[in-house]
Amino acid sequence: MKRSLAGRVWPNATAAVLALGFVFPVYWMFSTAFKPTRDIITEDPVWFPVHGTLEHFATAVNAPDFWILAGNSVLVTVFAVGLSLVIALCGAFALTRMRFGGRKGILLTFMVAQMAPWEVMVISIYLIVRDADLLNSLLPLTFFYMLMVLPFTLLTLRGYVAAVPKELEESAMVDGCSRRQAFLKVVFPLLAPGLMATSLFGFITAWNEFPLVLVLNKEPAMGTLPLWLSQFQTQFGDDWGATMAAASIFAVPILVLFLFLQRKAVGGLTSGAVKG
Amino acid sequence: MAVQLDGVVDRTAPRTGKGGAPPTRRGGGSRRAARGAPYLLLLPALLATAVLLGWPMVRNILLSFQNLNMKELIQHLTDWRGFGNYQEILGSEQFWRVTLRTLVFTAVNVVLIMVLGVLIGLLLARLGKKMRLTLSLALVLTWAMPVIAATTVFQWLFDSRYGVVNWLLDRLGAHSMAHYDWVGSQLSTFFVITVLIVWQSLPFVALNLYAATTTIPKELYEAARMDGAGTWKVFTSVTFPFLRPFFLATTFLEIIWVFKAFPQIFAINEGGPDRLTETLPIYAFTEGVGNLHFGMGAAISLLTIVVLLVMTAYYLRLTVKQEQQEENEL
Repeated sequence: MKRSLAGRVWPNATAAVLALGFVFPVYWMFSTAFKPTRDIITEDPVWFPVHGTLEHFATAVNAPDFWILAGNSVLVTVFAVGLSLVIALCGAFALTRMRFGGRKGILLTFMVAQMAPWEVMVISIYLIVRDADLLNSLLPLTFFYMLMVLPFTLLTLRGYVAAVPKELEESAMVDGCSRRQAFLKVVFPLLAPGLMATSLFGFITAWNEFPLVLVLNKEPAMGTLPLWLSQFQTQFGDDWGATMAAASIFAVPILVLFLFLQRKAVGGLTSGAVKG
Repeated sequence: MAVQLDGVVDRTAPRTGKGGAPPTRRGGGSRRAARGAPYLLLLPALLATAVLLGWPMVRNILLSFQNLNMKELIQHLTDWRGFGNYQEILGSEQFWRVTLRTLVFTAVNVVLIMVLGVLIGLLLARLGKKMRLTLSLALVLTWAMPVIAATTVFQWLFDSRYGVVNWLLDRLGAHSMAHYDWVGSQLSTFFVITVLIVWQSLPFVALNLYAATTTIPKELYEAARMDGAGTWKVFTSVTFPFLRPFFLATTFLEIIWVFKAFPQIFAINEGGPDRLTETLPIYAFTEGVGNLHFGMGAAISLLTIVVLLVMTAYYLRLTVKQEQQEENEL
């Protein structure tokens, strides 16, 4: 073989260093959260949480409004993603399986909508929500998060719908199903992995959203976890144990979801990327 | 998060509408209903987009021509000032400085993300099964870290007194770095932000690039190797041309994401010290919401959108063209 020993060692060594570098911040977050303060505030780092403690998690969870804000976050995220999935699936079905006037224009609308610079539109959104007297409410957040996720969900689901062979539907219709029945009974189950992969990105977006909630929901109990986390550190000063515990609590749901669904997600993304 | 990477348009869908006669599957009575069906199915999505995106956009444009500060806001006054806001902004040195800074910031980050991401992706393709799984897992964990959590962790890593980074630098011989205050100066704050953004963005590029390379037919590589092509030559003659759409789409997405980056910059140091790390989105936010100059903020935000559009115009044009082509083929 042409490939020498060095040729095999180098890639592996590089990969090992890289893996360590990527994981370290995540590891450091969790391990700091479990260490007693005397092991955190030290001149030399303590690499492992040898004196494991849950006190920082207690501090985080007992912080004012934590449970309310966690509830808000879950509520807003679930409703936003659920709603966008339903709306997007209808739209994706129409765009892949039907031909109609204005189709291209509609498609482009969603492509442009996907690029919407929400980060710089907070000013006008603030004024609209204020005029509607809906500041410090979960309703506008839910709807705006729904739309932040919608174009991506719709455009991605389009690929998944297109991947289901049309013949399956047609044969179901020959067997006496209506078009709707054929969709619900035959196509929908096949779309399940696509729906899961797509919703993962929706969850991350909605769970993470920061600028809008920062402006719209200033009342302490009406925020979401990203807001709580960003203010937690200001509140708790240099209590890095508590701050890392708070960050861990915020990160775990997404980390778990992601590890669960990542294979589908990566595959799904690239099937869209390469088919071009 | 936007990840539609290209216009995947199915070629299997039936021909109806414009040209040929629509296939009549059912009786003529339901034909009109069938023609309305796609619009009905798309109505919720279009309505939501029009109300939740279109309205703020229109409001933003109107606002950018108004003088709206605290006083006008409380008294519900509408004070039009024509192009006044724009004149003021375009005439201010600050705006141009922030714009230039944003462009440099975006360019540096995107180049780092693309180059390193591709290298890691190619490395993944060369690894054995076990090592590939290990690195992939590390990348996935990084990818899944929520932005605000990651930002908090980086503040801890770069903490001046007890941060690991300063400890490590001290150990490596850079003793002056022992208690270095990373958010104390413009460049070092940008350094932390860049490390954070690049760290979080690499997994997307690397994992997807790796997945994409697995779709390249093996014969192409074999043929290239037979012709005596080295690693670099194989990349430029096989991998790159084959994955051209992927490279285009990913670069475009990264430009948008980095340009719009908000939580990372804001949460690290709120654009400080002395507003020296404000990029356009942060600048619009600080002027508009922070300093309560809503009209000015809206004008800055519109100019920001224009800059974004100019930067991505090339890719947008390609996308539109591609859509048109596929539409014609149908």
